[in-house]
Amino acid sequence: MAQPDILGQPGQGGPVPAGHRPGAGGARLRRRLRSLGGILLSLALTLLGLLLVTFVIGRIMPIDPVLKVVGERATQAQYDAAYQVMGLDKPIWQQFLRYMAEVLRGDFGRSISTGHAVAQDLLRVFPATLELAMLGTLIGVCVGVPLGVIAAARRGGWLDQIARVVALVGYSMPIFWLGLMGLLLFYGILGWVGGPGRQGIIHDGMVPTVTGLILVDSLMAGDWAAFRDAFSHIVLPASLLGYFSLAYISRMTRSFMLEQLSAEYVVTARVKGLSERRVIWTHAFRNILVPLITVIALSFGSLLEGSVLTEIVFSWPGIGQYITKALLAGDMNAVLGGTVVIGTCFVALNLLSDILYRLLDPRAR
Amino acid sequence: MTEMTTRAWLLSDAPQTRRQARLGALYQGWLTFRANRLAMVGLAILVLLVLVAAFAPWIAPQNPFAQDLAQRLQPPSASHWLGTDALGRDILSRLIHGSRVTLFIVGTVALIAPVIGLFVGTVAGFAGGWVDQVLMRITDIFLAFPKLILALAFVAALGPGIGNAVLALAVTSWPPYARLARAETLTIRRADYIAAARLQGAGPLRLLIGHVWPLCVSSLIVRAALDMAGIILSAAGLGFLGLGAQPPMPEWGAMISDGRSYILDFWWVAAMPGLAIFVVSLAFNLLGDGLRDVLDPKEGPR
Amino acid sequence: MQNRFPLRALFLASAIGVAAPLSMSAAWAETPAGTLVIAHQIDDIISLDPGQSFEFSGQDVVRNLYDRLVDFDPLDLKAGIKPSLAQGWEVSEDGKTITLTMRDGVTFHSGNPVRAEDAAWSLQRAVKLNKSPAFILNQFGFTAENVDERVSFDGNRVILQLDQPYAQSFVLNCLASEVGSVIDKETVLGHAEGEDFGNAWLSTNDAGSGPFTLAAWRPNEAVQLAAYADYWQGAPAMARVIVRHVQESSAQRLLLEQGDIDVARNLTPTDVEGITGNEAVKVTDELRGRILYMGLSQKDPLLSQPAMIEAMKYLIDYKGMEASFLKGQWKVHQNFLPEGYLGGSDENPWTYDIEKARQILGDAGITSGTVTTVVRDIREYLDVAQTLQAAMAQVGLTLEIQQMTGAQVLDAYRARQVPVFIGEWGPDYADPHTNASTFAHNPNNADDAGLSQLAWRNSWAVPEEMNQAVEAATLEGDTDKRVQMYLDIQKDYREIAPIIPMFQKIEQAAMQQNVQNWTSGGSVSSVMYRQVTKE
Repeated sequence: MAQPDILGQPGQGGPVPAGHRPGAGGARLRRRLRSLGGILLSLALTLLGLLLVTFVIGRIMPIDPVLKVVGERATQAQYDAAYQVMGLDKPIWQQFLRYMAEVLRGDFGRSISTGHAVAQDLLRVFPATLELAMLGTLIGVCVGVPLGVIAAARRGGWLDQIARVVALVGYSMPIFWLGLMGLLLFYGILGWVGGPGRQGIIHDGMVPTVTGLILVDSLMAGDWAAFRDAFSHIVLPASLLGYFSLAYISRMTRSFMLEQLSAEYVVTARVKGLSERRVIWTHAFRNILVPLITVIALSFGSLLEGSVLTEIVFSWPGIGQYITKALLAGDMNAVLGGTVVIGTCFVALNLLSDILYRLLDPRAR
Repeated sequence: MTEMTTRAWLLSDAPQTRRQARLGALYQGWLTFRANRLAMVGLAILVLLVLVAAFAPWIAPQNPFAQDLAQRLQPPSASHWLGTDALGRDILSRLIHGSRVTLFIVGTVALIAPVIGLFVGTVAGFAGGWVDQVLMRITDIFLAFPKLILALAFVAALGPGIGNAVLALAVTSWPPYARLARAETLTIRRADYIAAARLQGAGPLRLLIGHVWPLCVSSLIVRAALDMAGIILSAAGLGFLGLGAQPPMPEWGAMISDGRSYILDFWWVAAMPGLAIFVVSLAFNLLGDGLRDVLDPKEGPR
Repeated sequence: MQNRFPLRALFLASAIGVAAPLSMSAAWAETPAGTLVIAHQIDDIISLDPGQSFEFSGQDVVRNLYDRLVDFDPLDLKAGIKPSLAQGWEVSEDGKTITLTMRDGVTFHSGNPVRAEDAAWSLQRAVKLNKSPAFILNQFGFTAENVDERVSFDGNRVILQLDQPYAQSFVLNCLASEVGSVIDKETVLGHAEGEDFGNAWLSTNDAGSGPFTLAAWRPNEAVQLAAYADYWQGAPAMARVIVRHVQESSAQRLLLEQGDIDVARNLTPTDVEGITGNEAVKVTDELRGRILYMGLSQKDPLLSQPAMIEAMKYLIDYKGMEASFLKGQWKVHQNFLPEGYLGGSDENPWTYDIEKARQILGDAGITSGTVTTVVRDIREYLDVAQTLQAAMAQVGLTLEIQQMTGAQVLDAYRARQVPVFIGEWGPDYADPHTNASTFAHNPNNADDAGLSQLAWRNSWAVPEEMNQAVEAATLEGDTDKRVQMYLDIQKDYREIAPIIPMFQKIEQAAMQQNVQNWTSGGSVSSVMYRQVTKE
């Protein structure tokens, strides 16, 4: 499993995502997941654990949510009243049960730091992050995969070295510094891209919200100007995230490809006189698709997790900023809601790569 | 022994002792590693970093804490090679002293996280059954957890400070090591020599410590080396959010954070520590990449 | 600008097919004529209910959505309180009854008429709701139990019965604060849930009669206001006002220089300096009410020594900080009443004088010691703390700095556990009592008193004479005498108080040249948009 680094710098994986290394673990995992019931149970258990841990953390954290509600000037009486309304006087397990019961009814409660229902907030902030992460991953895949394959095919050559340096430099940059510099250059000096935020002022709130992804919404509304505007705003932060994503994806692709290229069937294919291009793309590449998809899913997941710093630099109203702010205000309803969304995504992505694994991997079929 | 004979002894095809075999393998690895020019550059930078950290008080031209508001935000010049920051402190001196903090962060996290991961992963893989289930479920929960929330929550709970930030980073970064260690263990577990050792009467603990751990270590080291850069950047990120090092400690991430309000007019205040972080991260990455070529069996020798 | 090259290069590289028909939309040269676009840090808003809102940015919004019985004139803040929804008022002989007469023909955004009943109900509601700002009204003896009798209406008149003959300026200043906003009773009651007086609904909606209506509020993202065409003082010039949350000063500056916004409100001193050469933009300086101060906890054995309190006043590099990292945004101010307030004093007797501090400490036998400061993670505070740290080190004192988030600092501060506090205080309403009652008034210094005054938080047992002087000043009907009383209190305060005011806020709003009549609300109020024009 690749490590999605905190703060949204995609981490570097080991040679192969361990959970998906073909072998005893994978086989048992597959068996276990074969039944739908098992899948759901595993999902529910992880989410439940996630919620429980978050809940406990929220309660032991020395940030007082009541203060956020009543404000700095509150008297003790006002404080006590709010304390009771928020149910903080009850034992923690009761609070947890109450919360769970509400979540099962689809009610995530109200955020104390925004005054809105958490579900409403999440519907707003999550698509913002989703849009950014999808475009970032798209860039990462479109550049990273070819780069990785070529690097492996020309191992040790200058292309490999360049790919290596490109990737390693991507790993080593403080993202907010790069973001600010990018903003200064491409927006401030050159004026090629839109500034901070998701949209220009003119288009703000002009496109009806359907999916929450402004690029998609504006296309659905047939509003080309809004689409261009939204695109000009997203392209820089997405490229930045895409760079970090491509750094990871290209290294992993290279690693997978090297493994395949040294396999016997490749040697056989070469001996049979197949063109190098065919050997690489038709044979070796097809075989790395499965682990590659896992890697891409994980990279996507780590971008989803909220590239908080990118979001701050670009005033991007995404889920990373939302959760961070909520956490620092002790706004646990918002933190829990956000955690559920991201946790679910992670679990779902894992599940998805498992299923793809079963569908695509010839050995598993 | 002369140079040549040492080399011959190390490279011998038929090692006489186990020690010779082991040293020979190491030497082979070193030769492979040395051939990787980029990795050598990384190593050189890191050696330099250690030296700078060790002799910081003697190298630094000025006191890293000495303020001079009249001399604030000076561009790089002869008296301040890398300029001064918002409180008129010499940036070069702060960078030099900050190298100690960086080494502390990296060193501590690199010690804690892989060890927790190694322990959890090998026990899970080796014991199997419900122990495996429980441990892996916990690992999954931590993996599915938004890392940022976990780290922030830890720092918030323990109080801000460099020590707690390091702890939070360690606590959030062990699960991947656990997964890796478990996968390694699963492949090792069935190996013949483990069975042989078991037949000789070795208990599970001894098997774990004596036979499983040593085999897992190399891949964990590679992984850790590759993670170092991420850890430095994460620590910088925590500093950016005000939860890392406390002033006036010259932590590089906190220095960037300080400098970001001046980025448009006084670029060097943020750029210098940014550059320092970049160079050291890059060095770690180059080193890790080189180590992977040497230690990772899948990529094989060139 | 129509430069397509870099994007095309990017697209070729990334092979994203959809890109082909696109060209980059370049930055617009300027914002639309009838729209005012502002970049501001607005992530503190948690409610837009006037009975609850108590954050800087929330009050900025509330002030423009609602009218109050009496109010400030945005074009002449110095003139003080003026009639608004109330066209006049009378005070009874005994000074305890105030009768306000409502203006005719004003309507809420819903179309409902603004009645005396709405005004009375709004005040009753705020008291009963008992959220943070309720205390502003409760100072006049109102409680949830008695407010229905004490605040009443009769025809087109609102009648307030006070428990003491408070100074008229005191009462009116409080009514002009956001909590005094007049709310559309019928509309809000239609959205009430249980006993919440419509609080949940009103937190995200508006029911006012002010110059603007709420078009949208997306937390941490943007607030959009639309002009109210039937506003009784005439529809505002700006048809739309958009306030965008932009966290970083550098990003705000870039937006301003690119012409994508009209006003940037959170530029750092460095960024303000950076744009001074730019012909297209201008910067307005406006003195605000916020005070940056240092509180020394009297629980701490070292900090409670009079010599220590005295010496600390000379260890602050006022001029040095004012001229460097606080440049243009904070001015030296060593009194608890901000300049611009009734009774505000501009005497600043202390200077940065290490030798004097050393001598004071030496006379008292203090040569070393360690104290801790807990500082919110805000750049300016941290810089102040570090400057102080360096100065204290010169006289043998060690200052340990702990930075924390706002919530944590506040938590510790309220629990009286912060030895040295460095932070801001913003007045709650436009009367001097707002600061006097917190800096110089502490009726009960016990740990379990559960008060919120700054004096209490710093465990300072305010001398009884000073407590009484502060209380007496609220009852003085003669304004000149009242001013003198506050000047006297501040004089005594400077001698002994361990809560040391250091600086007063200057808000530097940077804006396009064509923006006219901008006001952030001065020291007494919040931002107002209705008079703003663009030429």
